[in-house]
Amino acid sequence: MNALTVLASGGDKFEAPGTELFDFPPLFPGGPAWLTKPVFFAVFGALVVCVVFWMAFAKPKLVPRGMQNVGEVGYMFVRDQIARPFLGKNTEQWMPLLLTLFFMVWIWNIFSVVPIIQFPIASHIAFPAVLAIFVYCVKVYLGFKHQGPVKYFTNMIPKGLPLPVYFLLVPIEYLSTFIIAPFTHAVRLFANMFAGHMILAFFSLVGFWFLFEKPTAAGFGIGLVGVVVTILLTAFELLIQFLQAFLFAMLAAMYIQSGLHADH
Amino acid sequence: MIEAASVLAAENNNPLLPHPFELVVGIFSFLVVLIVVGRILVPRLQQTLEERTQAIEGGLERAEQAQKEAQQVLDQYKAQQKAAAVEASNERRKAEEQGAQIIAQAKEQAQVEARRIVENAKAQIEAERQQALQSLRAEIGTLSVELAGRVVGESLEDSARQSRVVDRFLEELEERARTQEQITS
Repeated sequence: MNALTVLASGGDKFEAPGTELFDFPPLFPGGPAWLTKPVFFAVFGALVVCVVFWMAFAKPKLVPRGMQNVGEVGYMFVRDQIARPFLGKNTEQWMPLLLTLFFMVWIWNIFSVVPIIQFPIASHIAFPAVLAIFVYCVKVYLGFKHQGPVKYFTNMIPKGLPLPVYFLLVPIEYLSTFIIAPFTHAVRLFANMFAGHMILAFFSLVGFWFLFEKPTAAGFGIGLVGVVVTILLTAFELLIQFLQAFLFAMLAAMYIQSGLHADH
Repeated sequence: MIEAASVLAAENNNPLLPHPFELVVGIFSFLVVLIVVGRILVPRLQQTLEERTQAIEGGLERAEQAQKEAQQVLDQYKAQQKAAAVEASNERRKAEEQGAQIIAQAKEQAQVEARRIVENAKAQIEAERQQALQSLRAEIGTLSVELAGRVVGESLEDSARQSRVVDRFLEELEERARTQEQITS
């Protein structure tokens, strides 16, 4: 859809898609400016997650049937692979947050390859930022609550090092924990989705342009390559989408753990 | 204001700057999922998982209990059997003892009876002997007198005299025997 609009205004020369891929007009003409495609599908993704888990866990049975089986596989995956390695015996308590984070991010990412939607919600940095800021707040709150307002800051610094080292280490440690960590938490997800969408758009546009828009004998091969690479990259993106959701939830678990207990 | 900011963001076209309305929508959808999935659904599932664990553990426990009970019953049964066996052997021994006692008693009785019979027989024999002796004494007298009469050739008709002679002879004999007894005693 987006590619078509780009093509319509593209003229005769092939132009690679740029950041304009990520700008959307209001969903319908005359609608509110904030109601754009990413906004709409962000809410839609949240609803999908709610509905799927409602179908699975609304009335959970001792012997699972149908959707409950699927839901339990998801729950077990998040619990055993993401939460437990970091949180140990506190796992159950943090499952609501981690399950929400993982499936929210994953469904937003999957939208990247769902026909008609074809846009990764997390490639608009506001969405990963909201999640990362929330996790950051939880982390700092837990640190104050469980380690104390002073201890939280002193626990972070390893003890028994030569004095000069601390001049270097203390600023780095605080910078990384309080500024860089939440930033990279959000940007890692955002950048992966952003770049993935850009690459997919580029190759699909190559295919579309050289096979349909301006079919020429010379361009036929290039167009074919574009289509094949698009298919391969779509498969690759599926992996990346899952991996980034996994990583996002895993880092959240790690940050929560760092608030609950001192690392060093 | 939101509109102005979004226009600004669109104009700047900087993908690293979040659109304010998207922040609002993002936190809204996140909170919706957190409440519906996290607050409502996950606790239900956790409870179910807990119940499942307990059901499985409870089942195992019940099986263990049943096994224990079975073992107990078996032990009880074995103990009873053992007690019964001991009792039986006791009974047998008692019976044997009783049997032996009865046999011994019977033996004793038989011996007593036998002795009594023997004594009776002895007494009877003695009595008969006495009787025989008595009759013999009379007969020997007659016979010896007759014999003596024949030997002497002299007829001793007078029976009174005869018996007197015989008695005298016997008395002499008894006298002799008595004096002999007196000497020996």
